[in-house]
Amino acid sequence: MPFTPHTGDEIRAMLARIGVAKLDDLFAEIPPELLCLSLDPIPPALTELEITQLMTARAQEDGRALGFIGAGAYEHHIPAAVWQIATRGEFYSSYTPYQAEASQGTLQLLYEYQSMMTALMAMDVANASLYDGASALAEAILMAIRSHRRSRSKAVLLPRALHPVYRAVARSITRNQGVELIELPFDPQGGQLTPAALAPYEGQDIAALVIAQPNFFGVMEEVDFLTDWAHRHQTLVIGVVNPLAMAMLSPPGDWGEQGADICCGEGQPLGIPLSSGGPYFGFMCCREEHMRQLPGRIVGRTLDLDGKPGYTLTLQAREQHIRRSKATSNICTNQGLMVTAATIYLSLLGAEGLERVAERCHANTRELVTKLSRIPGVTPLFDRPVFHEQALRLPAPVKEVLRSLAAHNILGGYDLSGDYPELGQGLLVCATEVRTRQDLDNYAAKLARIIAARTEAKCPVQPKF
Amino acid sequence: MKNIPVELKYSKSHEWVRDEGGGLVTIGITDHAQELLGDLVFVELPEPGERVEAGGECAVVESVKAASDVYSPVSGEVVAVNTELADAPEMINTDAYGDGWMFKVQLDDVEELESLLDADDYEDVIASD
Repeated sequence: MPFTPHTGDEIRAMLARIGVAKLDDLFAEIPPELLCLSLDPIPPALTELEITQLMTARAQEDGRALGFIGAGAYEHHIPAAVWQIATRGEFYSSYTPYQAEASQGTLQLLYEYQSMMTALMAMDVANASLYDGASALAEAILMAIRSHRRSRSKAVLLPRALHPVYRAVARSITRNQGVELIELPFDPQGGQLTPAALAPYEGQDIAALVIAQPNFFGVMEEVDFLTDWAHRHQTLVIGVVNPLAMAMLSPPGDWGEQGADICCGEGQPLGIPLSSGGPYFGFMCCREEHMRQLPGRIVGRTLDLDGKPGYTLTLQAREQHIRRSKATSNICTNQGLMVTAATIYLSLLGAEGLERVAERCHANTRELVTKLSRIPGVTPLFDRPVFHEQALRLPAPVKEVLRSLAAHNILGGYDLSGDYPELGQGLLVCATEVRTRQDLDNYAAKLARIIAARTEAKCPVQPKF
Repeated sequence: MKNIPVELKYSKSHEWVRDEGGGLVTIGITDHAQELLGDLVFVELPEPGERVEAGGECAVVESVKAASDVYSPVSGEVVAVNTELADAPEMINTDAYGDGWMFKVQLDDVEELESLLDADDYEDVIASD
């Protein structure tokens, strides 16, 4: 449907009608010191040819490094059909349509997406996506506090082994809303949440417990025990999960006796390229009893006047265009294009394909860890099972080792020493399905040489050349 | 003709109060309110044991076109809620003053009832809306 801007004639006619001489007069009430009068920093316009030359030159600066960094964003194979289809004109918009019901195709796609996410997570309801995994967690925390009506508690337990960026974003978004985020330590041997970490909160009024599966270290949490503990204490459970891992692991809806109440996470592993950090999308699901507190848009399936199936935005009374300041969230749009790609990705792979990708990632990472652990001084930091990431301890400063690896065009992993100084020289590595055996050998060989150069005792007799 | 039973008390925000004696009152939303909202699809009630304050938000009624807060007309403790509304919110549409009651409150101060509107006052409120 065409969106045509006003012509000069139309603007002049409208101004004449309301008795205003020129467009700028409409903004006369804005104090002059707030106006951005000059656009000097913006260079003059380039031609298409010049732009193409500039962008080609910029693109050539990008290395095609061999990546072993996960830490929340993962390099996966994306079937060529995914973006071929997603970029068709009919789909190519980042927005949920403004005239929603006139866009049946988009609504149907979002409905299919929601259905697939609820199947993958074993939950009742999914929304049509959020901005990203970290902001989805912040929304889930606010949602849990609204849903937890038995008390007015705004205390939420957040594991230290949750992604540091997620913790920071959750803190930023909830800080001024009276929410108290309490950090739970991880077990120094296993890297997971233990009963001992929860013990101090027995009998306290806690709105929600956040459980990351796997956690930031790739470690499996004891989700059944944690979920049952929370429900025994009238505390809601928020699962933060990698959607790909759910093809292999028990999904949030099946945790413990009752299942998690809300789950959310980052959708990037489902067909979205790394793209230097975005755009990605967040997903969120919940049990039916909480659906009226679910933020964002929800597409429903219904029958039209002729009894034919049709799709519509549903439960809109929760949203800001109706409920104003009391809306469940200020989210007014979503990452529609990313969700389109994820829906195509999921439908092309199917449940079996997704499981095979997950298993391949798991096996590749195990193989990588075996190879790296043969290097003297390199050992896993934790002894618990992992999904497709492993925290390692290095016998040399991680920062310097990563710099040396980068010189060999290898991105060796995520340096844990900044976020978790208590772990010493910690490195988080990941090998997804795209890494070949040669890639793993290449990495192990380079890392062995770099570490040897930094740790081997200097030869007492200097060789003469 | 508006349906405004004379034996009830009212608030400006369209809640009704029935004096059950002994400081106990039953509260719901008026027939006029349900008419404005249209078909109700969901009702969120306070928890028994919760404190409510006169003028404070204590429930939400959601129709196909809007979600509105319900304000408690009185102060006290919620002693009962109409749990049947969870499965049949339309009872508020069909019988706002009977089956569609929302919650019961034990008043802090029985005198508070005197400050509420009577049927005539409430009819004036509707007329001036």
